[in-house]
Amino acid sequence: MKPAPFEYVRPESLGQAVSLLAEHGEEAKLLAGGQSLVPLLAFRLSSPSVLIDLNGVGELDYLRLDGDRLVIGAMTRHRDVEEMAELRTRCPMLLEGVSRIGHVTIRNRGTVGGSLAHADPAAEWPSLVLALDGEIDAIGPKGTRTIPGEEFFDTYFTTALAPDEIVSEVRLRIPSGPRVGSCFLELARRHGDFALAGVGALIALDTGGSIADARVTLIGVRDRAVRSSAAESVLRGAPPSADLFAEAAEAVDPEIEPVSDIHGTSEYRRHLAKVLVRRALALAAERAGGE
Amino acid sequence: MSERRPITLRVNGRELSGSAEARMTLADFLRDELGLTGTHLGCEHGVCGACTVLMDGRSIRSCLMFAVQAEGHELTTVEGLAGPDGSLSPVQEAFSVNHALQCGFCTPGFLIAVTEYLAEGAPEVDDEDALRARLSGNLCRCTGYQNIVAAVRDAAERVRRSS
Amino acid sequence: MSGATHPYAPAGGPGSPAVRPPAYVGQRLRRKEDARLVTGRATHVADLRIPGLLHAAVLRSPFAHARIVRIETEAAATAPGVVRVFTARDLEGKIGPFVEAARTEIAPLLREKIGPTLKSCPMPVLAADRVLWVGQPVAVLVAADRYLAEDALELVQVEYEPLAAVSDPEHALEPDAPVLHPELGDNVQTSFVVSVGDVDGAFARAERTLSARLVMGRTAANAMETRGVAAVPDPGRDELTVWDANARPHLVRTFICEMLGLPADGVRVIGPDMGGSFGTGMFPEDVLIAFLARELGRPVRWVEDRRENLANTRHARDQIHQVEVAFDGDGRIIALKDRYLIDGGAYNNYAITVSYNSAAHLRGQFAIDHMRVEALSVLTNKAPVTPVRGAGRPEVVFVMDRIVDLVATELGLDPVEVRRRNLIRPEQMPYPMGMPYRDGVDIVYDRADFPGQLERALELFGYDEFRREQAAAREAGRRIGVGVSSYVEGSGYGPYEGAVVRIDSQGHVTVATGAKPHGQSLETTLAQICADQLGVTPDDVTVKAGDTALIAHGIGTFASRSAVTAGTAVGVAAARLREKVLAVAGELLETHPSDLDLERGIIAARGAPDRRVTLAEVARAAAPGPRAKLPPGMEPGLETVYYYVPPTVTFASGTHVVGVEVDEETGFVRLLKYVTTDDCGQMLNPAVVEGQVHGGVAHGIGNALFEEVVYDGDGQLLTGTYMDYLLPTASDVPPIAVGHQEEFPSELNPFGIKGVGEGGAVSPPAAIANAIVDALRPMRVRVDRVPIGPERLYRLIREARGDSATG
Repeated sequence: MKPAPFEYVRPESLGQAVSLLAEHGEEAKLLAGGQSLVPLLAFRLSSPSVLIDLNGVGELDYLRLDGDRLVIGAMTRHRDVEEMAELRTRCPMLLEGVSRIGHVTIRNRGTVGGSLAHADPAAEWPSLVLALDGEIDAIGPKGTRTIPGEEFFDTYFTTALAPDEIVSEVRLRIPSGPRVGSCFLELARRHGDFALAGVGALIALDTGGSIADARVTLIGVRDRAVRSSAAESVLRGAPPSADLFAEAAEAVDPEIEPVSDIHGTSEYRRHLAKVLVRRALALAAERAGGE
Repeated sequence: MSERRPITLRVNGRELSGSAEARMTLADFLRDELGLTGTHLGCEHGVCGACTVLMDGRSIRSCLMFAVQAEGHELTTVEGLAGPDGSLSPVQEAFSVNHALQCGFCTPGFLIAVTEYLAEGAPEVDDEDALRARLSGNLCRCTGYQNIVAAVRDAAERVRRSS
Repeated sequence: MSGATHPYAPAGGPGSPAVRPPAYVGQRLRRKEDARLVTGRATHVADLRIPGLLHAAVLRSPFAHARIVRIETEAAATAPGVVRVFTARDLEGKIGPFVEAARTEIAPLLREKIGPTLKSCPMPVLAADRVLWVGQPVAVLVAADRYLAEDALELVQVEYEPLAAVSDPEHALEPDAPVLHPELGDNVQTSFVVSVGDVDGAFARAERTLSARLVMGRTAANAMETRGVAAVPDPGRDELTVWDANARPHLVRTFICEMLGLPADGVRVIGPDMGGSFGTGMFPEDVLIAFLARELGRPVRWVEDRRENLANTRHARDQIHQVEVAFDGDGRIIALKDRYLIDGGAYNNYAITVSYNSAAHLRGQFAIDHMRVEALSVLTNKAPVTPVRGAGRPEVVFVMDRIVDLVATELGLDPVEVRRRNLIRPEQMPYPMGMPYRDGVDIVYDRADFPGQLERALELFGYDEFRREQAAAREAGRRIGVGVSSYVEGSGYGPYEGAVVRIDSQGHVTVATGAKPHGQSLETTLAQICADQLGVTPDDVTVKAGDTALIAHGIGTFASRSAVTAGTAVGVAAARLREKVLAVAGELLETHPSDLDLERGIIAARGAPDRRVTLAEVARAAAPGPRAKLPPGMEPGLETVYYYVPPTVTFASGTHVVGVEVDEETGFVRLLKYVTTDDCGQMLNPAVVEGQVHGGVAHGIGNALFEEVVYDGDGQLLTGTYMDYLLPTASDVPPIAVGHQEEFPSELNPFGIKGVGEGGAVSPPAAIANAIVDALRPMRVRVDRVPIGPERLYRLIREARGDSATG
């Protein structure tokens, strides 16, 4: 299982990376963490003639919390986000989602930008971007543009990125306040496997104990990560309860379209999605201080 | 495309050189160019963990990296875990004492992953589920993991006692 | 049959030296193997440094069934780094037909008593005019390195004409199914019937009957090291040295010699360090690589990658059973009928090894005196199946233990109680089972206490307390359950294993044996038994296993046989060598050997400890030459060779109890607690025994809940990566408590040893299936097929609740 030959280039700057990508076009693939790409090369399911290694572009490796904005350079490793202490209490959904990406050894190397650009429908990062008002910066020969999270993910392994663009930064809004709770729940055959279905849930309660704001995202149940506005509408304004969560779970139905594969049929994944929505909302509400 | 280039890596504290095409994985380079065959290939697609080495103190799958990428970094392989006098590291000793290996093929990967875990302070070492989840990135077909869990706890204890 | 004495003669024969009691044997000695394994200094096939080495890569069929129309190799042959490309045409006249050892070497006694039908169907090394499974070798090329070899493989052009494939063994039996080997007439390659007692009469009289269809899916052995072969020719002498990650080096040599027409002493096969095996098998590459090396006059190595391994290597299980059971109102099982098939894949190189093992182990610990099994081995367009850890036992233990549970459910009894009512009781031992074992010798269980084993397992598990917890959990809406399974395992299979024990002039002991460990710790345990019987310490002993140059005859390590057969061979050889040592020491010390003690390498006169010599001095005195000091009539040299021929298998047994929790909403199963109790005879090293049980249980958990080799209707493999074929991880295996019954050492060898390598893997699917059923008992869910993943369990739950499958 050895990769086919390729030309290897290692830019030292973002500008250089952009030029190289523009120069080689479709013959080239960007190498970030490699945890998704290199297996494809090993199976020869992908044989690019040029590999542009972004691991030398130090200017893409940064991570900081500016107030309520989490600013992440594209080459930030999953593990660095996971180890950011402030996130543990402020946003369990983010931490729990990231900690479900494979295993520590994978997270040491895999990158946030790489995960977003790869856009696997079962990946956790796209759903976190949708849940947390994420914005993604893409840089190309004509400069940088900001793509709102909800416009970034198109379909399987396809994003709004132009072929000559590189993800450079992603920004998330980390919720704050005493009555905010969140979680990320996933069901997979084994720890670290791709999710059969996964749900990120965030609930913010008002002073009266009703749901002021909610986010419900799902992975593994469509051709891309989903944010369920239907479920969120059911939740907004209502007091948390098991019945409410069940209603919200039913509401996701038309917004998901799972496929069948060797690990689960579409029917089963649809069922799991709803079970997880109920459970995730209950846990998020409990953490918010509600029921 | 297929030209071999000279590659020098810092492995286990020494500078070692070989030559390889860009597409040669770090695992193959360590094994075939540098003669460090302690790092094993179990799947070549990043799942089994047998190829795990440390790069700058962090565990990585050497089958998912190319040798050229490792230039300028500090690598540690299983051959580098014992002391210069040959004394076994606490992890190596604990694995042997606890019979945490049978065929030994997956063992180098586990030793490296557990070395990293211990360097982090062995978080949640007494939580059975959390510890097993941490170990679930390395596959073993022989031991049923039971003695590996015991060895990790033993190693953590040894490190605690000596510090 | 109680009171009958055991008919077998003691190992070593009359006049053999008395066996010394265990001293190192039984201790949890730290392993000698570890020193190199924890420091990354083992040498596997892929680690060998061989000057001038070339690398082979195999082109494999992408079709399950197709005619090969044409193969063009020119482009590949001239690709960078390529030395040569070979197809079947290049092998014609140079490689003979695949040896059908399993078919031709069936024990004559078994053939006579059972009369199986067996069709000959040798597998080609490279496919000639047809391919019969996805992954079958079609061409091989040799290049400067594996990277270049894989590049060149893409340039080999094969024109295939796809044919209809059959991947369902029941369909393969239908008259309209594609026939894989037209010369055989149909897709049945072996069949046999075993009848015990009067089955039809018993069914006619039966109070109650029930029937069930029970299925165990296909799995793959998945040692962490893939296969590999390195062959180094000596063209000047026309000799060959082959390193092969194969647990049967002497058999590899037999195949190479027969198929390439070479004399046995011109071929040396060495089993290097091996990263597991979990089964046996002879594969085309075991001979092909040897051929390439000789043909090219250059060393050649082939290392299998995991993609090749998942498609080809040691597939197993894949049995379908149609069972009927006759029982009475108290749950006593009177008679059993089982018609089953094993899906052997495209070539069955294992004749009736696995299918007969199934027949012999079906009744396990239960006293069922009327039984009939009808077994078929069916050919389909899948990879050939080999014996893998358990080798036919997990399948029938699953059958038997599910039947017990179904009988219990039918009668409203606790399945544990039904077990109690059917287990063979200690006072009935030794118990004849009315049929031969695979070696042709009638099965008579050794003394054992199955009911006691069950009670001990239940106690270790905390069965009564668990039942109370279960009742409380049910109130709280949680579904927890407990399942039990038990097995009997014929271990220490023959025909023999040997040992050469030698002492060098420094007094160091070397043991050579034909066993080939790959995780079994034999370098340590055989040193323990040698130390006890010879009178040295294990540190004084080096074990060299699996090298055909070091011992003339060998069988290998599989079938839970090496501790028994190699252990006994080493023990007897060491005991005989001890006698020689004492005789020579007697000459040196002018004392009668019976007045001498040999402990820890020192021979001293009893009562006069300053009259002593070391083993080194004795070795030098025994060396040939004019200064030898030998008793009259004794040949020089301190070396003994002994081949142990076991009279038949020695029966080990075990009982497993598992507690599970089922998430009713999702079908996910969590293992709460796993307990085993086994009767494994004299343990050579308790740590090793426990480790084997832990590993076996983990393997069984994989077979129960996670692992399945899946082919689609066209014979395309759907589980070709580790994302699809799921091996259990540390999170999937619970802590395992291992208990032992130590009161029944084997009576078939002087050391009391029984085999323990496979037992752990035999019971988990049955125990876990029964536990799931127990957790969901109010819903009457039946788990009659394993592996069972969460979706299938979820659907069974919905069906049982009467919900529609959708919505």
